[in-house]
Amino acid sequence: MTAQPQPNTFRAGPDERGHFGTFGGRFVAETLMPLILELEQAYGQAKSDPAFQAEMASYLTHYVGRPSPLYFAERLTEHLREVSTASGLSGGAKIYFKRDELNHTGAHKVNNVLGQILVARRMGKRRIIAETGAGQHGVATATLCARFGLDCVVYMGAVDVERQKPNVFRMKMLGAEVVPVQSGTRTLKDAMNEALRDWVTNVADTFYCIGTVAGPHPYPMMVRDFQCVIGRETREQMMQAEGRLPDSLVAAIGGGSNAIGLFHPFLDERQIEIYGVEAAGHGLTHLHAASIAGGRPGVLHGNRTYLLMNDDGQIQDAHSISAGLDYPGIGPEHSWLHETGRATYLSATDDEALAAFQLCCKLEGIIPALEPAHALAKVIELAPKKAKDHLMVMNLCGRGDKDIFTVAEHLGAAM
Amino acid sequence: MTARIDKCFASCRAENRAALVIYSMAGDPDPETSLSILKALPKAGADIIEFGMPFTDPMADGPAIQAAGLRALKAGQTTVKTLDLVRRFRADDADTPVILMGYFNPIYVYGVGRFLADAKSAGIDGLIVVDLPPEEDDELCLPTLAAGLAFIRLATPTTDDRRLPAVLANTAGFVYYVSITGITGAATPDFRQVSDAVARIKRHTPLPVVVGFGVKTGADAAAIAEGADGVAVGTALVNAVKASLDTEGRATSKTVESVAKLVEGLAAGVRSVTKAKAA
Repeated sequence: MTAQPQPNTFRAGPDERGHFGTFGGRFVAETLMPLILELEQAYGQAKSDPAFQAEMASYLTHYVGRPSPLYFAERLTEHLREVSTASGLSGGAKIYFKRDELNHTGAHKVNNVLGQILVARRMGKRRIIAETGAGQHGVATATLCARFGLDCVVYMGAVDVERQKPNVFRMKMLGAEVVPVQSGTRTLKDAMNEALRDWVTNVADTFYCIGTVAGPHPYPMMVRDFQCVIGRETREQMMQAEGRLPDSLVAAIGGGSNAIGLFHPFLDERQIEIYGVEAAGHGLTHLHAASIAGGRPGVLHGNRTYLLMNDDGQIQDAHSISAGLDYPGIGPEHSWLHETGRATYLSATDDEALAAFQLCCKLEGIIPALEPAHALAKVIELAPKKAKDHLMVMNLCGRGDKDIFTVAEHLGAAM
Repeated sequence: MTARIDKCFASCRAENRAALVIYSMAGDPDPETSLSILKALPKAGADIIEFGMPFTDPMADGPAIQAAGLRALKAGQTTVKTLDLVRRFRADDADTPVILMGYFNPIYVYGVGRFLADAKSAGIDGLIVVDLPPEEDDELCLPTLAAGLAFIRLATPTTDDRRLPAVLANTAGFVYYVSITGITGAATPDFRQVSDAVARIKRHTPLPVVVGFGVKTGADAAAIAEGADGVAVGTALVNAVKASLDTEGRATSKTVESVAKLVEGLAAGVRSVTKAKAA
């Protein structure tokens, strides 16, 4: 690992060329370059416009249902304290869930989509395109397009269309056109390729609504800004609940938008431990989706970041039980936080996530999505080793209704 | 440093015609057939060769070129093997310019310095790297120019007059005008608009302007050749390769022949247009 210099602040990035350290950038075809410059300008204006911020805040409250609660997971805490005692430590962190699964559409994705759709409206774009893996970002995009009367086309790998049928139907009900992508490996990365091809073809009227903190600048910055509402609320809510800031943060990472949304407002409180959890699939020596643990820096989809690839620079397939983590890259800001050492990146296997999923159902009466179940798997490992006054926040970024078929299949249960 | 490219355009100009630029995917459907195709191209009338470097995720290409890249990768093509094919081609052909065309990641992973040294020694004349706009010139463009190879930039219908100088600033060899907003092998361009765009670019640069994307037939090539210094064709050739393969995806006795026949037709189209003598 190359040690990158420690900055005075971790919250100032990216630079004007979209770089977080050596990561990020604008690696796109010339056809798209004028479009992303136009977007950068439009977003910059919106960001500093109080009317835009007020509009965002209003929809976040009345349409999305924010703020989402910061919930003390009492029974999980008690359970992990017993685990701690049994191992002779007599500790066990106090665990809070940031309940972003209670948002409209059931995940954090809507925070970002709302922001981008409001920017698209300011730019006069009438046609919205998006890529989706599990379908959560597609559903959020279809939802906001319905709400604002915009045309919506969602690209989804043909393999994912098959394994996420309920979400495909949701998108169609909401009026979106879902295009199954047959090229390449027919999963999320190919859906993103196809969305970029659409954008390159329909430059005049189309806005590309990217679902995570990846893609060319300004997307990783803009999507992060829209997701930071998670971390800002958490600060306030934790101050109210405990009179102080948390000691550690844990979130699952595919592209990494829910994680950066939680982490970013806390980056400069360096005493706060930050853990991102990648999907280790069948294990890091087998098929997985852990770009930092098992990949290396490369260039794909408009930015430089850690990627899964072979020795010749060809992109490899990711695998995770969670379709939302099934991407061979990670947002460039995470690559930078990894190399600077500010955040620690762990990974959880399919089996660990499944066990955590079941524990959450039984102890807390919450069916989590498989994505945050990966984060929970590491909370289960970390919390017993911490003292009882350690405050740990996990982002429960999505609900698990969409995953019950997958889980049933893995548990060998008939539906 | 762009001697072979400059000489090629000069000799086309002397014949009052546009240059024919032909794209072929390295290693498709296998390395040896790919080399045979490479060798057949100049004989069939190609003036410049764009040799595609396969990539799993070619976001500016259509399904035909993506499939060709995946065929090549499946047959074991690597960056080292692509450079080796050019080296073997160069052993018999000292004149035809060869441009490598592809995406940045395989070059980045190979290592920019090592790649440029190996590309130069293999006899490559220049690079077209689709996902490197002028904003990322430090990555590869400037090192390429410093190494004495051409870095050929794409200009597109979205590149307006304000942006054009930045796009042309570090371009060498020629300018590649993308005739449509879209991917390779898609819509046929509006020839009138293309001719206006080429004239606009020429007001900003003395470099030759080659037009590509959506050129499929000899007649298309002729129409483009009216206004441009060169015509680039890729998808049509890749489709000819695909159509010649057996059911297992292997080359047949018709593969090289059908590609050569296609290129002869395109060359005839380009040569059917006598251009006004340059002032």
